[in-house]
Amino acid sequence: MRLRELAPAALRESLAKGLILQTGPFRIRVMSSTDEVFHGLHLLYGDFEIHGEGYADYHVRVDRVGGLRSYWRPQITFELDGVHPFLPLPADHAFASFEWGLNWCIAGHAHHYLTLHAAVLERNGRAVILPGDPGAGKSTLTAALSLSGFRLLSDEMTLVDRDDGLLVPLARPVNLKNNSIAVISAFSKDAVFGQEAHDTHKGTVAHLKPSQDSVLRAQEKVAPAFVVFPRWSAGAQTVLTPRSKADAFMHTANHAFNYEVLGRSGYELNAGLIDASECFDFSYSSLPEAIAAFTELLK
Amino acid sequence: MRLEDSPLVAVLRDPSHMAIFDMEQWDLAIRQARAANLLGRLAVWASTPPLRDRVPQWVMRHMNAEISIVEKQTTAVHWEVKHIARALQGSGIPAVLLKGAAYAAAGLPAAIGRSFADVDILVPKADLAEVEKLLFLKGWTTGNISAYDDRYYRQWMHELAPMHHMIRLTPLDVHHNILPETARIQTRPELILRDALRLPGYDKMFIPSRTDQILHSATHLFHEGEWHHGLRDLSDIDLLIRAYSSEPAFWSDLTARAADLNLQAPLLHALRCLQRIFHTPIPEVPEQLGSVHGPVPRWSSLDAVFVSGLASVHDSFRTKWSGLAEFVLYIRSHWLRMPLRLLIPHLVHKSLTRVERSPD
Repeated sequence: MRLRELAPAALRESLAKGLILQTGPFRIRVMSSTDEVFHGLHLLYGDFEIHGEGYADYHVRVDRVGGLRSYWRPQITFELDGVHPFLPLPADHAFASFEWGLNWCIAGHAHHYLTLHAAVLERNGRAVILPGDPGAGKSTLTAALSLSGFRLLSDEMTLVDRDDGLLVPLARPVNLKNNSIAVISAFSKDAVFGQEAHDTHKGTVAHLKPSQDSVLRAQEKVAPAFVVFPRWSAGAQTVLTPRSKADAFMHTANHAFNYEVLGRSGYELNAGLIDASECFDFSYSSLPEAIAAFTELLK
Repeated sequence: MRLEDSPLVAVLRDPSHMAIFDMEQWDLAIRQARAANLLGRLAVWASTPPLRDRVPQWVMRHMNAEISIVEKQTTAVHWEVKHIARALQGSGIPAVLLKGAAYAAAGLPAAIGRSFADVDILVPKADLAEVEKLLFLKGWTTGNISAYDDRYYRQWMHELAPMHHMIRLTPLDVHHNILPETARIQTRPELILRDALRLPGYDKMFIPSRTDQILHSATHLFHEGEWHHGLRDLSDIDLLIRAYSSEPAFWSDLTARAADLNLQAPLLHALRCLQRIFHTPIPEVPEQLGSVHGPVPRWSSLDAVFVSGLASVHDSFRTKWSGLAEFVLYIRSHWLRMPLRLLIPHLVHKSLTRVERSPD
């Protein structure tokens, strides 16, 4: 069953007692009585598979914090099965907190995968990994590519399966910040956003709905083919230049969430990934030119 | 759900129970084990044949993930022990690894999938200043602690304030006793040092003798009030007893040693909880132990409070009494720790400094 098949009232009721949401290999049991999480799931997760019962990998909850303060400055807290990893946030950050909390669950526990801090997309059966330093424009580029016929596997974290070295989709919404929200709205009339959350630690954030194709194919793993380091700067030419594999290896290893945890197997997985991939630096300023360059690359 | 009826405890009693879990029981067992810091232990059992082929794939993914953590921590502990030994080298000062670090370094029965946050060592009190200096020279410091906290540890506690290595950031607790100087019960750490076993591969690194491993773990559990680790610590003791008790003299040695160290009370509590929760095979020992203080009840209201304390680790175990039990145990751990004339000023100071720090 897909989430969109639930009527709004049924979705709210389900969220109050725990809704099991499938995102790639994970089953997440979500509990929340907040409007923000309800709207976020309703707007952005319609194509996702849900389960009426059974197990869940992570039991998460986003709800209002009680107490006197809730009357004048309501707050919410994210919880993983009794553990509160973050300080409470303003109530209108509830959905963003759900998304970040889910990233935290996966990054901190899912060591069955090597988890890189990188976006990953697929076209013609070939995957491109986009590691991104903050401000490099990774999420904006990922959003634009996913709205241009590239299948989104993940915006925030690239999962490399320890069993076969393949890349595992999550197909969750793309987290866009500040100016990127307007840039992507202008880029495509198909862009559907959830509600904006203002004054977060990342500024204003909104989440972009993943394409239906990406969500329906979230069980299809892909072999890595390219690792491309994007760098947006105003007025830059669209240029793809080869990057040394040793350097690409060090960058992905240093920016992985659990490279140290996996020890030898982390090294071998990362080495296999870099061996199998052509590595490039990519500078750009124009999204249409960037899309053309990636279309050519993944031909 | 009562702790005793939970899927987690069913596995701790008999790992082969994992073969008959249904999906809901697995869901709960993983959550309970994760909360109790016991998922690594379950993971090691689950990946051992023949169980490995009877565990569902989605469960195995969690287990494999956890085994990575166990392996990483085990490697890290061996590395840390090597550095500690190097720091103390040449001084002739013996250092006894305690609890998790001892289990892992010596491959003891309780090393199976053991999680731990820090390394604990015990050194002779007379050498404490020298040990602190030698460790400092190799990069361990207590960092920024207040003068009050520093004095609190030095004057009253059984350990220095927690140290961290400046580069590796690894925590180290240096003890000179296993109970605070101010505690109601006084033990004899010099006996633990005297009878410690040499750690293979090292001249001056040791682990406690078999009986002392059990007695120290029980003392830590029933005195320190760290109930969120309680189930894991009790599981450690269960594994140690199951492995060591085949030796004919084990029980008489253990009870005699408990008397020598004045640790009959924590041992008795541990054995009763083990019998009740883990079904650990324990002979007539509680009566022998009790003969010091008169007859021993088979179960007391305090034991029920301990079980509630152990159960506080996950919401699925909690009952309407859990909050009260935690409060009682909190009071008890402080009551045991120091006399009221020291405790009350200490708690007042702590509550005031907490208010000052609350903005960050």
